[in-house]
Amino acid sequence: MTFTEDQVLRYARHIILPGIGGDGQRKLMEARVLVIGAGGLGSPAAMYLAAAGVGTIGLVDFDRVELSNLQRQLLHDTADVGRPKVDSARDRIRELNPNVDVVSHQTLLSSANAFEVLGEYDVVVDGTDNFPVRYLVNDATQMLGKPLVYGSIYQWEGQASVFLPGQESPCYRCLFPEPPPPGTVPSCAEGGVFGVLPGIIGSIQAVEAIKLLLGVGQPLAGKLVLYDALTNEFTTVRLRWDPDCPVCGKHPTVTELIDYEAFCGLTPGQAPPEAERTPAAREG
Amino acid sequence: MAVRVKLPTLLRQHAGGESEIAARGGTVREVLTDLEARYPGLTRTVLTREGDLHRFVNVYVNDEDVRFLGALETGVREGDVISILPAVAGG
Repeated sequence: MTFTEDQVLRYARHIILPGIGGDGQRKLMEARVLVIGAGGLGSPAAMYLAAAGVGTIGLVDFDRVELSNLQRQLLHDTADVGRPKVDSARDRIRELNPNVDVVSHQTLLSSANAFEVLGEYDVVVDGTDNFPVRYLVNDATQMLGKPLVYGSIYQWEGQASVFLPGQESPCYRCLFPEPPPPGTVPSCAEGGVFGVLPGIIGSIQAVEAIKLLLGVGQPLAGKLVLYDALTNEFTTVRLRWDPDCPVCGKHPTVTELIDYEAFCGLTPGQAPPEAERTPAAREG
Repeated sequence: MAVRVKLPTLLRQHAGGESEIAARGGTVREVLTDLEARYPGLTRTVLTREGDLHRFVNVYVNDEDVRFLGALETGVREGDVISILPAVAGG
């Protein structure tokens, strides 16, 4: 892949940057990243990936833009209220960088379509807002052998990590073996979320996705970064691989995608609480 | 042993909004018992009715997850920092 004159200028600061250079920039331009959820985390993640020149960015989101999203979801503008999020996100990304090929997946991610949707991408960024899709995306990326860049937020605090496929590298289930029963942990719709918080965590996800694509530095694997906006403290804790993990452990018992609503205590067919509506890749 | 306990947003309401509180105990279980005695309700989402750690809540002694140490019987030392981390799904 050769750079156009415009691309040389657009990516000049990367091309001269030790660790990226022309070769690294070419890798980014040939890369395919899937961002699940075009919301709080997906906004900064997708926008930085686009600005960095990632060649193909897939966006999964079933929802439409709501006024209450705009306090934190920078992919969408006031005029976008009511539009499908994947549409307003695609427009925003194209304005930012017309070199990026945006693939819209306006769909409810489920066990039936996850392999098909995720299969086309090199790296997956998890920016969903509910437990069933988080476990689904974790299991699917482990089974497909793809790295997953995890981020999650609530009120003033966020978490981020990278789950690499394969044994000896922890996954989301090694971190949290089981989801909380419905109603135990409030969602952002119930408990609120500080608008800038996803900007921090989603940006960390963009950093990790780009590092994985370039193969530079140390991925945030086997570690969990915790951020507290109120105290402005970053804490890193160890994330250990669980040999008994049902998905990435020594003797996996979950070898195909399961019913994640049932796993999360939500009865299929029955409408869960609004805030935990699934299996849409909604984000808060 | 006097330790510091870092509370997630979710549990701060039980501790007057504090993000970090002091506690005493020789094991994680004793520390949690001390907290519950002084801040009733604080450990309700951390421990099961049987007194085990919920599988959607992690407790760290410094930077180690106690599930990979001695669970609630993990010993703590003077000055240790204990962090409680519930799973959250917001995005």
